[in-house]
Amino acid sequence: MKAPPAGDLFALRRRPPQEKMADQGFRWMTIVLASLVGLVLAGILLTVLMGSREAMGRFGFQFLVLSDWDPVGDTYGAFTAIYGTIVSSVLALLIAVPLGVGTAIFITENLIPARIRQVLGLMVELLAAIPSVVLGLWAIFVMEPFLRPFLELLHTSLGWMPFFSTVPQGPGMAPAILILVVMVLPIITAIARDSLQQVPTELRQAAYGIGTTRWEAILQVILPAAVSGITGGVMLALGRAMGETMAVTMIIGNSNNFTLSLLAPGNTIASMLANQFGEADGFQVSALMYAALVLMLLTLVVNVLAQWIVRRLSLKYA
Amino acid sequence: MTATLSATQTCLSLEDVSIRYWNNEAVRGVHLGVPRHKVTAFIGPSGCGKSTVLRCLNRMNDLIEGCTLSGRVVFDGQDLYAKTVDPVEVRRRIGMVFQKPNPFPKSIYDNIAFGARINGYTGDMDELVERSLRKAALWDETKDKLSESGYALSGGQQQRLCIARTIAIDPEVILMDEPCSALDPISTLKIEEMIHELKNSYTIVIVTHNMQQAVRVSDMTGFFNVNTFSDRDTKVGCLEEFADTQTIFNSPQQKATQDYVSGRFG
Amino acid sequence: MAFVPSAVVSHPTSLRFQASLPRNRWNALLTAVAAVFSAIAVLPLVLVLGYVLFKGGSLISATLLTELPPPPGLEGGGIGNAILGTIVVTLVASLIAIPVGVGGGVYLAEYSRSGWFAQFVRFGTNVLSGVPSIICGVFIYGLIVSTRLFFGQSYSAMAGGVALSVLMLPTVIKTTDEALKLVPQELRLGAMGLGASQFVTITRITLPTAFTPIATGVVLGIARAAGETAPLIFTALFSPFWPEGLFNPIATMSVLIFNFAIMPYEAQNALAWAASFVLVLMILLANLFARWVARFTRV
Repeated sequence: MKAPPAGDLFALRRRPPQEKMADQGFRWMTIVLASLVGLVLAGILLTVLMGSREAMGRFGFQFLVLSDWDPVGDTYGAFTAIYGTIVSSVLALLIAVPLGVGTAIFITENLIPARIRQVLGLMVELLAAIPSVVLGLWAIFVMEPFLRPFLELLHTSLGWMPFFSTVPQGPGMAPAILILVVMVLPIITAIARDSLQQVPTELRQAAYGIGTTRWEAILQVILPAAVSGITGGVMLALGRAMGETMAVTMIIGNSNNFTLSLLAPGNTIASMLANQFGEADGFQVSALMYAALVLMLLTLVVNVLAQWIVRRLSLKYA
Repeated sequence: MTATLSATQTCLSLEDVSIRYWNNEAVRGVHLGVPRHKVTAFIGPSGCGKSTVLRCLNRMNDLIEGCTLSGRVVFDGQDLYAKTVDPVEVRRRIGMVFQKPNPFPKSIYDNIAFGARINGYTGDMDELVERSLRKAALWDETKDKLSESGYALSGGQQQRLCIARTIAIDPEVILMDEPCSALDPISTLKIEEMIHELKNSYTIVIVTHNMQQAVRVSDMTGFFNVNTFSDRDTKVGCLEEFADTQTIFNSPQQKATQDYVSGRFG
Repeated sequence: MAFVPSAVVSHPTSLRFQASLPRNRWNALLTAVAAVFSAIAVLPLVLVLGYVLFKGGSLISATLLTELPPPPGLEGGGIGNAILGTIVVTLVASLIAIPVGVGGGVYLAEYSRSGWFAQFVRFGTNVLSGVPSIICGVFIYGLIVSTRLFFGQSYSAMAGGVALSVLMLPTVIKTTDEALKLVPQELRLGAMGLGASQFVTITRITLPTAFTPIATGVVLGIARAAGETAPLIFTALFSPFWPEGLFNPIATMSVLIFNFAIMPYEAQNALAWAASFVLVLMILLANLFARWVARFTRV
């Protein structure tokens, strides 16, 4: 048999060991880098768990239902913040979902010229790029003063309801909810738009083909087909709203006194962390870590649920 | 005929090769000897595993998850599937041209220089590029635009660029997986002419779905067919007959071959 | 015969569009509702941009961009240290997150598309991208600040950069993974068929081919990180002075906006608006740039 042409001009016909090592080394490097994701996640969980051990030992599950947050007396209960987190994000979504889905329909279902649709879509995406802290600044100096007369009107006319029972005095739950709406709107719009675009053209044509009007098709055929994708997007937005920090911190008032009124200052876990973590020491740090753990678990559940819903969707269209 | 066969050496030989994807057997029990400096064609109906067998000759199947091979593929006295063999080195000596032209998103020059560089070419690169393009009958069309993207060429030119790129690394064997199936008749003709030229320096194995092409370019032909075995309910590819191209097309020994080459099925 | 046309014209159920039909009324109404919703959705962008551009833009001057902020209650000064600080912290974050994220993405797309470990990493990436940014801050506080990991320093620019990199990481991984998946498999096979190792195939063929979409995603990720505040307030902290190296507290525009917005002094509030102007301008330009680059995607 002919020997391999060893004397030829190709010096690397036989791979030198360095080259094989580079190949293997690169592979291992990417494996290590990929596993950093797991490491960081484990690190986050571990840091928060270890930090909150002390508070967990002292308060146990009572921490979740007591609304007493007293750094001087060193007793802590996170109920106000947990309640604020859930109420603010759920109410924000109740407002943002119709707006976002409506906008998504408007920019996908060619009700208007393509040019305007593109501009609208771009604007919604740019809205997502504005930093939370800038929205907070705007909320403090522009939105809240502008809203105050309306909130006062709400108080005077509906003050008998516990939700509007206090006089609005600036920062509070209501403006925080509205700024959250602004923040989650782009997420919901983007995901709803993607889901609507994934609805097969045949389905649309089938609907129009049997003589439906555009909106009959949208409401009875297209939206139902896209509903699981939109639900996944709504869940993702819920997770984002729960963890949203800066804008909320700047406008919610940061009060740990529990009240049902949406016009009064309140707190969320994220805003409490932003406000107190830097200056806290001793046992308060542990209590804050415990609150952080609660927030993490809440968002984790919501996000995993969202992923599960989205995965089910992608299986359906595969 | 015996005289010609003994004068040529066997370059690659397959000994009882079976290939499976996960649990699906794709090809079973292939025995075959590819002669050096000849063109060997694989023909057969779709799904008969001819491309799979071709890809196993330079361990391209390694890149497909779940693909395993049993039996021996002997090249240069070595079993290509032995544990100590480096598949990357195998591919430096057994090059491959694919069904769809796949130039890299680089200039024409770099498309050719890429392979030569990774094979540690120590000679004059400009000269190698010119020589490879000439061998691929592409030099006249591209000599003024070597710095343009490979995508700027037509489909047929792209495929010849891919062949030039393979020639540039000067492999001992060139595997071609239906190289003309995506091309127009004129480009096909050019590539067939090129194959005639190339067999002086290289051993060529070509898979083709076009029987006329096999007749035109090949010295040896292997006919693959789909068979059902009693132990499996799925169809399995196997080598029905392997002989001189003349024999396969004029006086095949097997009935299935006769039916296939006379156009009765497939 | 004149029979046919006259019959069509006089036929009661002609195909003429009748706006007064209930279904057409509903159609018009719902379209109007969707239009109003869209208007409400883009209104905040217009308002926020308008205010930031007018209130912030009118304050921009050379001194504002180059001087230090004044002590609380005093007038004048600028945000020079915060601009520099944002650049420093974002740079640190990018230098960590880009290599790690691209490497992780390469593993997912090139080495193991469907193995259990790849599934786990993908799941982890999604989970990590859902972790609230303030928790990233808490994590880095616990890992680096409170343990004084870097030369006995507690709050530092480095800690802030690491916190931001945790935030950027999932974006970079996902972008790389998805961009590499768009690279046609034939290119990989072509390189391998010439005897290229996987290392060479990835670094010389697939990564360069996917460069544009990866770059687009990375630029968007950097822009997002530059505006983040929550992970910085108790890692990088703030400083009224010029940056003193990577291992000391550092001012950033986002934290400056937060700190100065809630101060009761008008001069500080004005600086917050000015910093918003600079920050929003940087981020929007990065976004538009990334979108523009994305048009040149070849794959």
